[in-house]
Amino acid sequence: MSPAPRFDDARTWQRFTPAQRLARYAVYLALAAAIVASARTVEIVPEFLYDAPAQMHDLLARMWPIAFYHYRGGVHEALVETLHIASLGTILAALMALPLGLLAANNVTPSRPLNHVAKLLLVSSRSVNSLVWALLFVAVFGPGALAGTLAIAFRSIGFVGKLAGEALEEADRGPIEALQAAGAPPLSLLTKGYWPQVAPAFWSVALFRWDINVRESAVLGLVGAGGIGMALDTALNLFQWDRVAMVLLAIFVVVIVAEIAVTQIRKRLI
Amino acid sequence: MSAAMRPRPFKANPWVRAGWIALAAYVIYAASRLEITWPRFVAGLGHGARFIGRMLPPHIAQPDSLLNGLAESLGIAILASCAGIAISLPVGLLAARNLMPAWATWPARLSIALCRSFHPVIVAILFVKAVGFGALAGILALALGSIGFIGKLFAEAIEEISLKQVEAVRATGAPFMNVITYGVLPQVFSRFVGLATYQLDSNLRNSTMVGIVGAGGIGGTLFAAFQRFDYAFVCAILLSIIGMIMAGEVLAGWVRGVFLERGKVEQE
Repeated sequence: MSPAPRFDDARTWQRFTPAQRLARYAVYLALAAAIVASARTVEIVPEFLYDAPAQMHDLLARMWPIAFYHYRGGVHEALVETLHIASLGTILAALMALPLGLLAANNVTPSRPLNHVAKLLLVSSRSVNSLVWALLFVAVFGPGALAGTLAIAFRSIGFVGKLAGEALEEADRGPIEALQAAGAPPLSLLTKGYWPQVAPAFWSVALFRWDINVRESAVLGLVGAGGIGMALDTALNLFQWDRVAMVLLAIFVVVIVAEIAVTQIRKRLI
Repeated sequence: MSAAMRPRPFKANPWVRAGWIALAAYVIYAASRLEITWPRFVAGLGHGARFIGRMLPPHIAQPDSLLNGLAESLGIAILASCAGIAISLPVGLLAARNLMPAWATWPARLSIALCRSFHPVIVAILFVKAVGFGALAGILALALGSIGFIGKLFAEAIEEISLKQVEAVRATGAPFMNVITYGVLPQVFSRFVGLATYQLDSNLRNSTMVGIVGAGGIGGTLFAAFQRFDYAFVCAILLSIIGMIMAGEVLAGWVRGVFLERGKVEQE
């Protein structure tokens, strides 16, 4: 809190300085203006909205009964493929993120230009959505799980690398100096000095990312990058809503199970 | 003592070693299951070089559809964030276990879990069926995702508050709504600003994607350009999306700076 300005002898205490209050009002005003402006640009057809409950009812009626038989006929395979895409993508991302994280941490790589280059790479990995990465890799490698795995990996590098770099920068100097004093070579500094300190953070970040990747890899199939999204896309294009319901149910169960698993492992690990 | 007798300073843990080996075995198994092979990868690199060649230089083939798409994405993100945040506040409050009885938290927690478990793009597909093609489907899909995300973290933030202040307000005989307004909300306000700006940022990213399934925004333009193999236009669209997202990130940081104290801004 900034010191409250004194206006008179009765001592009116104010929480914010006039500048702070002005800035807050400016944000509120900008927010209101943004909402009005967006409501004007976005074209909403009211007729569609009146129709929505009927359409929703129609959708649910078509989804019921859920086509459970379809699970054996393709959903299971696609689900396993999705899990492999998510896991392999995360492992690949972790492998590629470690060197970038090392380069981004100023205490490991004491060179500002190199830090900035690494951080730029990490930011660009994060600012491209995994679906866009998937579109790009499908164009390069053709449709299939390879494109999906690489899309997941490239989207995750930025996430894992940023957090790994931050964990490295917070590492304690003590053990590092002790190793240096003993004449340890640079590689030993990394494996015996830094790694034990950042390993818990690293595994926790990787697990967290795996959880996110399970969700994301489920949609990559919509653009042809393999996994259960392909099964979803096929069922949608054929208007087989009972099969769509089966696929959605499978995704829901897997996502929930993955989240519970990650929470449990994190509890044990940390 | 001879050098050979001296114990190694860093003992190898057999479990850790077995874990690494298992991880390597899994990578090989999964790669073979997904039919990821080296020749395919190398062949892809050749394609990749040609692909990048066709992307450069970026060319804006249809400036109108690019600008309209970006404006629509921005509108979707703002409206979806506002609607989602407005609804997630009461839902998050209901889901906080330290303030609410179990019969209130369970339904709230279940709806939060339901909203969270599907990717916005999948939710957008369902809304496209319900309300037709266009921005409305995108807004509804992203709003639902925001309810899940903010509702969960807001409930967690409320569960971590100090109950002393709540008790103090209660001791004055304040009714329930006043306990919430004066005892609970001031404690979670800074967390809330952080969550809201983060969600706006995240919705901005996703609003550029829901167009792939016909739910409005720049994604439709992007997908159409991909299908026409107009990679120069694709490159231009991607660059403008990245520009917009980075501008959004700067703006979000600025808003956090207005509402939070200096030390907290660094943490966010």
